[in-house]
Amino acid sequence: MEKRVVFSKLGLPILLVAPQIVITLVFFIWPASQALYQSLLLEDAFGLKSQFVWLDNFIALFSDPHYLNSFARTVVFSAATAGLSLGVALFLAAMADRVLKGATAYRTLIVWPYAVAPAVAGVLWFFMFNPSIGILAYLLKGLGYDWNHYLDGTDAMMLVILAASWKQVSYNFLFFLAGLQAIPRSLVEAAAIDGARPFKRFWTIVFPLLSPTAFFLLVVNIVYAFFDTFGIVHATTSGGPAQSTTILVYKVFNDGFIGLDLGGSAAQSVVLMAVVITLTVFQFRYIERKVAY
Amino acid sequence: MAGLEFVGVRKTYPNGVKAIHGIDMAVSDGEFVVIVGPSGCGKSTLLRMVAGLETVTEGEIRIGENRVNELEPADRNIAMVFQNYALYPHMSVFDNMAYGLRNRRTPRNEIARRVAEAAGTLQLEGLLDRRPGQLSGGQRQRVAMGRAIVREPEAFLFDEPLSNLDAKLRVQMRLEIKRLQRALGTTSLYVTHDQVEAMTLADRLIVMNAGVAEQIGTPLEIYDAPATLFVAGFIGSPAMNFLSGTVAEDGTGAQLDGSGGTLPVAPPASPDGGRIVVGIRPEHLEPVSREEAALEVVVELVEALGADSLVHGQLADGGEGAAVTVRVDGARRVAAGDVLSLAVAPNHVHFFNPDDGKRLA
Repeated sequence: MEKRVVFSKLGLPILLVAPQIVITLVFFIWPASQALYQSLLLEDAFGLKSQFVWLDNFIALFSDPHYLNSFARTVVFSAATAGLSLGVALFLAAMADRVLKGATAYRTLIVWPYAVAPAVAGVLWFFMFNPSIGILAYLLKGLGYDWNHYLDGTDAMMLVILAASWKQVSYNFLFFLAGLQAIPRSLVEAAAIDGARPFKRFWTIVFPLLSPTAFFLLVVNIVYAFFDTFGIVHATTSGGPAQSTTILVYKVFNDGFIGLDLGGSAAQSVVLMAVVITLTVFQFRYIERKVAY
Repeated sequence: MAGLEFVGVRKTYPNGVKAIHGIDMAVSDGEFVVIVGPSGCGKSTLLRMVAGLETVTEGEIRIGENRVNELEPADRNIAMVFQNYALYPHMSVFDNMAYGLRNRRTPRNEIARRVAEAAGTLQLEGLLDRRPGQLSGGQRQRVAMGRAIVREPEAFLFDEPLSNLDAKLRVQMRLEIKRLQRALGTTSLYVTHDQVEAMTLADRLIVMNAGVAEQIGTPLEIYDAPATLFVAGFIGSPAMNFLSGTVAEDGTGAQLDGSGGTLPVAPPASPDGGRIVVGIRPEHLEPVSREEAALEVVVELVEALGADSLVHGQLADGGEGAAVTVRVDGARRVAAGDVLSLAVAPNHVHFFNPDDGKRLA
């Protein structure tokens, strides 16, 4: 029989869980329900009166080509960011797994960018790619490419993708490295004796065993690209030029706090909330079923 | 199939640790050679050098006629069974066995034939679709063997393949490995720290200690005439008794320290000062009447195993550290505190030089 600890009075257990409950209530449940409520309201520009409009905000949203455009851009942005950061991290981790000398220093250096604030990371790349003073823009010009993320929407998108994935590489790297080191050495050795060359070993043995980690990271990276990249966009392109880098989370801010369409902005954040909930549920279900070999 | 040869093989790790101090040996085609020794003696390193998983610092390893020092593991045409089996957890049993063949671009129907054959030999037919995670320890062990067999390699390398199994299964698998190796006739190198496994499996044994091959020979050669104190103590269970003493003045006997008794045999050559170590196996001490006895042992503890009993005691008046173990018939009743009078079979007494541990012969 499992031995249960029973509190004799109700006071202590309530006190113990209270901080967690309060934080969740204040920082999640309350604002989330506010957003839900507000997404059904239409407010005048001065915030003096509001009117209950049912789902009009959502209908307006999904018939707005700007919003749909932004949705498409977000999909491109997150796919590229997740792909790039996962790919680079996997490559670095596979290399780091073989490093014998200076392994700790190497790892520390790779993990560093994770400690940089998103806005700072954005500014960093912004300077390096600045068309007038940026070193990378200068080098690109030397190669015959006229980089200008002020005017060219594609350049701007590439800039935010680069900045966003650079930061995420560290995080992915840590997980991939841990995953790689959890793979028994003898498996790789057995594959070597079985005649598989390093590249083949990686794809037929190592990568399949790493796939639970990779899947987890994929979801985390998509969520990151969807929601945590506001600072980067804000510091580099401010969603421009011509809204070419206005991803959904940036549009929420822009429409709400700049455009003062609070109802529409709230509706957008409700949509985002639905997206993240879907992703999380998907991840948990998948991982529960598939994680253990 | 091919023989295997070690020529002055040495291994020094980059951090300066010397793991192997020079091994010279030729393994003939189809021979089953067991490398046995305590942990850290370099036996696994030696095996991994043959597999190509460790580099050879000095010397040469040949498989058949070819020097393989510089070859990749894949090009050596050997198969290895790992201690933890190293089965690919995401592949079915069939795929595990077929993996090496697919990498070598074996035709599909040939793969199917060989895997089916190996599965038949190893009684794995019903399990080919399972994943390793769904198998018992013994079945995994078989799959690991199957993966080695289907490759039809020049040599099998076994790295303590039975140490993760329970005692009963280990005995059973030991027999199966031996039977399989006989049937296939493939040259095999087998690493273990278990001397029973070593004795039962080997055509020839290499007893290793601290990177040195202390003795190479058939199991019975090694049992009958261990070359060093280490080998004498390592091979045989329970371990050989060691008693220190001197060669008698007239050179016809050996006087044990204290008033432990005199043995009627002397070493063929005596070292300077006449100090010797006398080695007698527990099974070569026989309880006799007092008049015939060469030794007397005060019994401290008796382990009854049924067929026979192990009697642990001290040499009467033998001074410090004269512990003696005797194997007696299980029917004989011995109790703690008894004094056992023992005779020694003269041709089963071993003499060693206490300074270098070498056998006096």
